[in-house]
Amino acid sequence: MSRNWEEDNQNPGLKVLLGSAEEAGEKYVFARKQQLLHMFLRLQLDMDGEELTEQETALYDRQIRVWGADAQRRLSKSHILVSGLKGTVVEFCKNIVLAGVGSVTLNDDRLVTEELLSANFLVPPDENVYSGKSLAELCCDSLTDFNPMVRVSVEKGEVSKFSADFFDKFDVVVISSCSLSTKQSINEKCRKSLKRIAFYTVDCRDSCGEIFVDLQNYIYTKKKNDEAVECLLEYSSFEVLEYSTEDNLLQTSIVLSDEKYGARENEMKEVCFVENRRSCLTSTQLGNLMYRNRAQPYIHWEAVSVPWRSLPRRVSKLYLAMRVIEKFEELEGRIPGETSAADLPNVQKLRKELCEAQSLDESQIPDSLLERLLEGRREFPPVCAVIGGILGQEVIKAISGKGDPLKNFFFFDAMDGKGIIEDIFRQKS
Amino acid sequence: MASEQQLSAIKGAKVLMVGAGGIGCELLKTLALSGFKDVHIIDMDTIEVSNLNRQFLFRQSHVGQSKAKVARDAVLKFRPNISITPYHANVKDPEFNVDFFKQFNVVLNGLDNLDARRHVNRLCLAAGVPLVESGTTGFLGQVTVHVKGRTECYECQPKPAPKTYPVCTITSTPSKFVHCIVWAKDLLFAKLFGDKNQDNDLNVRASDASSSSQQTEDVFERKNDEDIEQYGRRIFDHVFGYNIELALSNEDTWKNRNRPRPIYSKDVIPVEPVGQNGNQAKNLVAGNPLSISAMASVGLKNPQDLWSLKENSAIFLEALKLFFSKREKEIGNLTFDKDDQLAVEFVTAAANIRASSFGIPLHSLFEAKGIAGNIVHAVATTNAIIAGLIVIEAIKVLQNDVKNYRMTYCLEHPSRKMLLMPVEPFEPNKSCYVCSETPLTLEVNTNGSKLKDFVDKIVKAKLGMNLPLIMHGSSLLYEVGDDLEEDEVANYAANLEKVLSELPSPVIGGTILTVEDLQQELKCSINVKHREEFDEEKEPDGMVLSGWTQPLAVEKNGKGSTDNGASTSRVSEATSLVTEEDEELQIIPTQSGKKRKLSDISSAASSDALSFRNEAKVKRKAEEADNNNDVVMLDGGSSENSKKKREQ
Repeated sequence: MSRNWEEDNQNPGLKVLLGSAEEAGEKYVFARKQQLLHMFLRLQLDMDGEELTEQETALYDRQIRVWGADAQRRLSKSHILVSGLKGTVVEFCKNIVLAGVGSVTLNDDRLVTEELLSANFLVPPDENVYSGKSLAELCCDSLTDFNPMVRVSVEKGEVSKFSADFFDKFDVVVISSCSLSTKQSINEKCRKSLKRIAFYTVDCRDSCGEIFVDLQNYIYTKKKNDEAVECLLEYSSFEVLEYSTEDNLLQTSIVLSDEKYGARENEMKEVCFVENRRSCLTSTQLGNLMYRNRAQPYIHWEAVSVPWRSLPRRVSKLYLAMRVIEKFEELEGRIPGETSAADLPNVQKLRKELCEAQSLDESQIPDSLLERLLEGRREFPPVCAVIGGILGQEVIKAISGKGDPLKNFFFFDAMDGKGIIEDIFRQKS
Repeated sequence: MASEQQLSAIKGAKVLMVGAGGIGCELLKTLALSGFKDVHIIDMDTIEVSNLNRQFLFRQSHVGQSKAKVARDAVLKFRPNISITPYHANVKDPEFNVDFFKQFNVVLNGLDNLDARRHVNRLCLAAGVPLVESGTTGFLGQVTVHVKGRTECYECQPKPAPKTYPVCTITSTPSKFVHCIVWAKDLLFAKLFGDKNQDNDLNVRASDASSSSQQTEDVFERKNDEDIEQYGRRIFDHVFGYNIELALSNEDTWKNRNRPRPIYSKDVIPVEPVGQNGNQAKNLVAGNPLSISAMASVGLKNPQDLWSLKENSAIFLEALKLFFSKREKEIGNLTFDKDDQLAVEFVTAAANIRASSFGIPLHSLFEAKGIAGNIVHAVATTNAIIAGLIVIEAIKVLQNDVKNYRMTYCLEHPSRKMLLMPVEPFEPNKSCYVCSETPLTLEVNTNGSKLKDFVDKIVKAKLGMNLPLIMHGSSLLYEVGDDLEEDEVANYAANLEKVLSELPSPVIGGTILTVEDLQQELKCSINVKHREEFDEEKEPDGMVLSGWTQPLAVEKNGKGSTDNGASTSRVSEATSLVTEEDEELQIIPTQSGKKRKLSDISSAASSDALSFRNEAKVKRKAEEADNNNDVVMLDGGSSENSKKKREQ
């Protein structure tokens, strides 16, 4: 662990902080307990888990050689919700269905149009086939065919209206083509769940793509010098509104953390606490882990509202440009992606306001990039394949608990060919 | 979305795809979605069950059918109005000649072996068609662009090649499990079930000159009326008992090694009275010979379990019995096939018994199958990503957008924050014998080696020629082709058996040979140097070719396998270099496995200068990437991050 709870406890500022945050703190401790309990149960399950069938071993032979039989068993027990079925998400669905997850639930009530199918290989572009059916229904039929061992089903309705209980059924939630506020609220529902739900958003515009990941507090194993090592990562949410209102709390905590540990504190936290022996953790050890984390939830939990001045020094321009467009769509009440080059002047205006407020040089978000993102309503299939592939890989990692997951944004731009990971969290106001 | 300019380049393009497997399925899909209208696809393979986890155009019901044809039909379902021409054929077939290649605007490779890649590279060079090459292994992958005269060709840099092992390591002194697998598969399995006329090193070392070859033949031959059980035990005792005893008698061998332990079947599995084996019934069901299983009749289920010596011995005897009772007709013609359950069981058991004799850790059937079958780790996601990157490069190539060509590496661990890392392509290697006309030198004992040795070990194995023609001045020494006259064929066959210096036009020190492949349109000159002696272990070919980029040796075990072409070593070379460049970012330690490979590169590359040239280049490229303008530099230095910057 990078911080010592006993030391923290002697700090008067922190005592005040904890006092005033008693309720929230308790709630957090409770949530953590549930998470850890769930983790334990999951481990238990893994140990008692039945063996793969002969059929599974034959079908998954090549990938078991990559991630092992344990990971394959976990995959086969996982449940995934996918909302918004554009080309990138269809690619993703193909990847996880092939990998052999337990179930995939598709949500997209849109009726199919030629444009929606431009990067979709699940549905033939034939009106006689698709007319009158929703995108989710059509994709479901094809995906079922890919791997009979995966249950694929459709959930109708508006994803933003689904209750928190609904999300409890899933281990992974992937949403796309939805507004900023929908992203926020679903992320929050996932965070509030008693079980740990991995949350992802994905968007492609023109030849650019963005993935956001929130695994909350995530424990996984990775190979280091040929030994399996346990690691812990703490993620920021996309933007959890509940916490951002507690300004005082936030400030106090940040000051504390800055004084004692410096702003570098929120680098990727990687805690290798028990080597190769997850099951050896006693409940006391788990308790300590939980306890020590207690003071941290208020520090950096928002990934999209991070003040730009405190961003990593060379943050991808795509991150900034996507935030401007997202904000623009939100303010204008647009359906996500329903933009065109004609919006450029207004978007430029918004950029100016945002940059001024954040004291950032406007040139950091170039016109040419904004224009591409505004115009690029149709997806570029090679980019869908790349982003859908990366997302598939990440979800497989998160379910199997093996390998470094990406934290917490991924950007790809076919123009320069770079696939970049950005770790963005609230740092300092 | 693609721009108008890109779209018109896409629509007018005629594309050749080689390979319809893991990468191929993804690639064909992405090409179709991207608007390509005319795609030709060559693949000689048929569909297998273990393909279905990633080759998503195929279903269970397609098992056994042509990959190229099924892939075409599957893609036409969602893009009915494009033209896809499938060829269920080997890309090395003569019909795919330079003229065939010339009709395409770009060639896209999704291949799984070095041999075919080199062949396609040469045809692309000869036809002047750009090549986009790719490969994946597990989470790693790469896409490279090869345009004649502009970038390096596929063969400008040394490539990993499957490792071969010295004969005596396999026959007498194994130290790794893979040695036991090679012994079980290439020697024992081949001896018992394969072509009896093939040369086989089994026993050669162990019994040396003392026993005649006739005697060894007798040992492995089943005598008339010999009980199968008895025969199995006799083979067992011979290879795991007697041969080990014999080897032990050679004290010199064991001075610095652990002495192996002879194992006899009766000590592991007591002899049962005849006719009391009740397990036989299970296998009486007739069916697919490939599904007959010794594991099943012995009562073992999980291929991931480690078997004890006793279990391995039981499987060994049972598998042998099953071969002779259920698959007798095939004996004499069998070659090891990773999809042949009984063959895998036999090889696993034999390798494990040998391993336990030599104190080498045992392995499960699943692991042994991976090693014996040279199975490549493969997942759908990496293939999908790589296919996307191939199409992006292909579109640049079609637009002749030379300055934006990139080699892209797909990494498992980020390097300088990148999971997908583009690097500018290298310039052609001026000493590449494939794309430059650099002469080669061959050291050979011209009074000892036959023309046949030269053809097999150099022209085919090293130069990768398919239909070679060998000339000394104006006289033809050797030629292959369908259109030869009978007397020519006889003449060349006679030449093959002749020692070089005794050929009609003698090849001696100082001779310059011209070797040409008419299909690949590749021609090289070889300066012959006479040399009497060769080191049997270090120079097993009995001849040495130089001025030729030596393939890197890669361990033939599952974990290091790069047969699918992702040159992990080069990826790690690039990443470890660029990571060192950047002090600010978290340095991802290269795994020990990769480091080993990195050092392999510098030691194994035939020319050190060559690899240095590359390292320096990668560094330079990385710096350029650092300085370009697509990242934001926030002014003000408000954060700790900027203080750490090496500005002063």
